[in-house]
Amino acid sequence: MTGDALEALRRVCDEVREGRPEEGVLGVTPSIVAAPGTVEEASAVMRVAAERDLAVIPRGNETRLDWGMPPTRCDLLLDTARLDRVIEHAADDLVVKVEAGLSLDRLAETLAAHGQRLALDRPLPGSTVGGTLATAAGGPLRLLYGSSRDLLIGVTMIRADGQVAKAGGKVVKNVAGYDLGKLLTGSFGTLGLIVEAAFRLHPLPQARAYVTGAAEHAERAWQAVRGVLHSPLAPAAIEVDAASDGPVTVGVLVEGVPEGVAARAEAVAGVLGPDARIADAPPRWWGVYPEGSTLIEVTAPPSALPRLVAALAAAPGARLRGSAGLGGLFVGLDTTDPAEAAALLKALRSVGAATVRYAPQPVRDEIDLWGPVPALTLMRRVKDQFDPGHRLSPGRFVGGI
Amino acid sequence: MGLAALARRFAEAIGDEWVITDPVRLRTYECDGLTHHRATPGLVVLPDTAEQIAMVVRECAAAGVPYVARGSGTGLSGGALPRTDGVLIVTSRMRRILRIDPDDQRAVVEPGVINLELTRAARPYGYYFAPDPSSQQICSIGGNVAENSGGAHCLKYGFTAHHVLACEIVTPDGEITTISRGDGGYDLLGAFVGSEGTLGITTKITVRLTRLPETVQTLLAAFETIEAGGAAVSAIIGAGIVPAAIEMMDALSIEAAEAAVACGYPEGAGAVLIVELDGPAAEVEREFAEVRRLCRERGAFEIRTAADEAERELIWRGRKSAFAAVGRISPAYLVQDGVIPRTALPRVLARIDELSRDSGVRVANVFHAGDGNLHPLVLFDDAEPEAARRAEEVSGRILDLCIEHGGSITGEHGVGVDKARHMPRMFTEVDLDTMQMVRCAFDPAGLCNPGKVFPTPRLCGEVPGIRKEPHPLVREGKAELF
Repeated sequence: MTGDALEALRRVCDEVREGRPEEGVLGVTPSIVAAPGTVEEASAVMRVAAERDLAVIPRGNETRLDWGMPPTRCDLLLDTARLDRVIEHAADDLVVKVEAGLSLDRLAETLAAHGQRLALDRPLPGSTVGGTLATAAGGPLRLLYGSSRDLLIGVTMIRADGQVAKAGGKVVKNVAGYDLGKLLTGSFGTLGLIVEAAFRLHPLPQARAYVTGAAEHAERAWQAVRGVLHSPLAPAAIEVDAASDGPVTVGVLVEGVPEGVAARAEAVAGVLGPDARIADAPPRWWGVYPEGSTLIEVTAPPSALPRLVAALAAAPGARLRGSAGLGGLFVGLDTTDPAEAAALLKALRSVGAATVRYAPQPVRDEIDLWGPVPALTLMRRVKDQFDPGHRLSPGRFVGGI
Repeated sequence: MGLAALARRFAEAIGDEWVITDPVRLRTYECDGLTHHRATPGLVVLPDTAEQIAMVVRECAAAGVPYVARGSGTGLSGGALPRTDGVLIVTSRMRRILRIDPDDQRAVVEPGVINLELTRAARPYGYYFAPDPSSQQICSIGGNVAENSGGAHCLKYGFTAHHVLACEIVTPDGEITTISRGDGGYDLLGAFVGSEGTLGITTKITVRLTRLPETVQTLLAAFETIEAGGAAVSAIIGAGIVPAAIEMMDALSIEAAEAAVACGYPEGAGAVLIVELDGPAAEVEREFAEVRRLCRERGAFEIRTAADEAERELIWRGRKSAFAAVGRISPAYLVQDGVIPRTALPRVLARIDELSRDSGVRVANVFHAGDGNLHPLVLFDDAEPEAARRAEEVSGRILDLCIEHGGSITGEHGVGVDKARHMPRMFTEVDLDTMQMVRCAFDPAGLCNPGKVFPTPRLCGEVPGIRKEPHPLVREGKAELF
């Protein structure tokens, strides 16, 4: 079967070869790897996959291919590396349209040359536009600028049947039709292949200051976070870094014009306490996922911070980091013991939503990566509509989707 | 079960006084803000709880009766246009602000809560609800969610979609569920907000509140020509400034506003620009100086800066009254809503001007210049035969211009019934088919606000692309396949 499929794919795509064991998606080796160079080629590849009932998993730069569950099968790894063009940068309109395989780092370089940026953090260097959207990844700047779904203004996808569909456009203000871009954001390749994306951009700030201060305990840290949140200082980000038993570090990013930033940074420092420090560069933990073999993404209201820190006690060595201002954080843990991970998850889920992004396989096998997700029935129905054959990243997502 | 039986059932469950069957009273609900589309609803029901809405939806589903949700009825695309053979579910009794939580910067409201009421309730805590459609004094937040409403200040603060964190909804199955950001599943909330009431009815909304800015500065700049005003807008944005709002009005809309509210805008202006900056004082001060300089450099012959709140309101009064004010200079008018890339402003405005001269139909231009969202007001005399048709045509041609320049057929008013027929000019059949997959997932029976957004309904429950024989409805000529 693979031989036939290989031949069929080679007829429509320049780069097709057999998969290698080291390319496995969480241990599941792809039979074939195809790297289409254009949207048309990608569409043709997806059509062949549909005709031959191939399970397809998109691959960007593999920074988050280990997130979620292993696929139940992987016949075709669809590599987006050659889809890496900047299609249009309308600098005066503060809009950019790119192909999904472009890395955010390269995009940032292009935009910086015009004094602009896509206000989306890059917690993992090298990650692509498509992968970032598919995993709804983001970092500290979400507080002021919104998440990837909020910055996305248009999307082109290839459907399970190989047809090319788009939604949105290249203007920021647009309410024509359903917002499929938001639906695809965070869908982990289970609804379609993202091939193009248009984003709204922001001017690069003239000045930045990072203010950090240590709070001796979580309650104090929350008071500091609340103080900054509730102030008119318009922070771009409010982050925390906490271990289960140590102090909690609060970090605040202020952006703007130089005089304004200096004054606001001083004011923030006043809120954080006498030991607060102001620096031009971020602290080393800024926007980096917490260390450990397990990563858990947590969503809870900002005021839940002390309870989240308290929940870390369920697994000594766990570390909490992320946007305290927004209530979107990460917990890192080094463990191979499913019981320890489960205890931590239980504690976190008593506070907010907690989704395991990655974990050692023995842990992944034993725990529920997602926990309760209220509208799962509707989600399954969306999946059935978009991918009736359940061939797109099968088994990778919540509820076995 | 027919409508009469449904009415009895609803009256039993919700109370007689909340079920309207009297033809005269039903007429109150025959249209929303888009008044030239009218349909008297078969039945109106005013539930007070999510459970009651779920019951109404379940009964409608069982009876195969279509239903439409309505908030305050201020929509401008006929999104809440009722069905004569269906039930109109009005949320105006559900006006409770359930929680305001300044610590977490959020509020929980019922769908009938008036937009401005939430801001009023949040203000004592130092917060407000950022989406500010010009109907904010009467429009409901449930309606804002359905339409993904914007407003003058969404240039900086985004639309309703950016401020909604979770919705409790009644699905077209009649089930109550919650869709939210960050629960790890599909972003159903992202698809729901702005779906114009076609995916279900929201019964409880958790929104993010925005901190009141330290400073607000507003100026009015008068230019001799609209081109000069447009150039100033480009210069401001190009300088890396993100104002809270940039609004523009042309000579005709200034004339109308003057006649209606005597806003006292500078005489002889071919265009006025309202620029508002907000944020930390030092930033605003510095950028405001830059805005003034850029306006002057691009030919502003008068710049007025609001010294206090009263002066600020005076500047805004002309702009906010513009739609209604046009009634002073024309017996009737159409409000258009299109979007173009901001940089295309001068070209598109010149083309609209040409269109107007060639057709003899006057067009007053009011727009959110910062994000290229045009609101041309197409004027006509409804006593004159053919005038309405000519106005419609000019209005449609303006949408063509928006599409030609890579824009959108609607920036904030929605598609509704008004623009469903224009959707194929912006999207391919496959695009529309794909969007309707979402609809099929939520509402396979197609009873929830049918006939809106999409020009042709998609048949649900079929595997796309693989059909062995024509669907019975197609064979009977009742439906069309892409």
